[in-house]
Amino acid sequence: MLDTNDIGKVFDPITASVEKGRLSRFAKAIGENNPIYLDDATAKNAGYDDLPVPPTFLFCLKMDVPEPFENYEKLGVSLLKLLHANQSFEYFNAAVAGDVLTFSSVVEDIYAKKGGALEFLIEKTKVVNQKNVHIADLVTTLVIRNEIT
Amino acid sequence: MITFDDINIGDFLPVLSTEKISRTTLALYAGASGDYNPIHIDIDFAKSAGMDDVFAHGMLSMAYLGRLLTNWVDQRNIKKIDVRFTAITPLFAQMICTGLVQKKDVLNGENIIEVLVEAKDSNSGEIKLSGIATINLTEDQYSKA
Repeated sequence: MLDTNDIGKVFDPITASVEKGRLSRFAKAIGENNPIYLDDATAKNAGYDDLPVPPTFLFCLKMDVPEPFENYEKLGVSLLKLLHANQSFEYFNAAVAGDVLTFSSVVEDIYAKKGGALEFLIEKTKVVNQKNVHIADLVTTLVIRNEIT
Repeated sequence: MITFDDINIGDFLPVLSTEKISRTTLALYAGASGDYNPIHIDIDFAKSAGMDDVFAHGMLSMAYLGRLLTNWVDQRNIKKIDVRFTAITPLFAQMICTGLVQKKDVLNGENIIEVLVEAKDSNSGEIKLSGIATINLTEDQYSKA
């Protein structure tokens, strides 16, 4: 069970490098065929300093730690019961290959529905680059299905 | 690239249809995304969680919605994407990603478009993701970059 006392809890910041090889593998995994995400020259012609980070890849970089679910597990969340309910990205500036991004996350809210059968955890994450330029804000809503044991 | 004047409420974005989601798709996505949650790659773990089989990462389908949008506008025009995962996407789903222009407004001098985005499993016809993308098509708004 989650504890509402954890609302406001700040997780340790995560720092992740945007590696070109990883971007290529991600592009392949999602079937990307737009050359702006695959070809350096196309990206640079479009005004990017390097290959751009595609819209949802920031979520992946945030998991770039040895134990990406550890923060949740420490709050009492079991992966067996965990589902992703909602995800938002708000963008302020582009991120590109070679950037080093820092993800600072806080537990925004915790609440239960259906008499505790469903618990919700809302995490808000601010992303900045190596120049402290604000790249994006992410909001992740996780649902924990307590009726399944 | 499409401009604000080209777009009208009720317009559909060019549809994006994906390949069938196979176990290989999920293995590749796990590796590339760093999301190694075993529920997506290990059938034994999935069964122990009460599922019949592994199922797709919700973020895989959200990435498909990202492709839908960036095939239509420059990514730097996307201000926000907010998506709800309404149902689990099973193996072998083929996702049909659609976008419908719902709003077109000039707000504080900025040209803003709101698009209803959805990802549907073509096998079952069920919508798996649904949300709103906010696009800013003000000219030169990213030239500062």
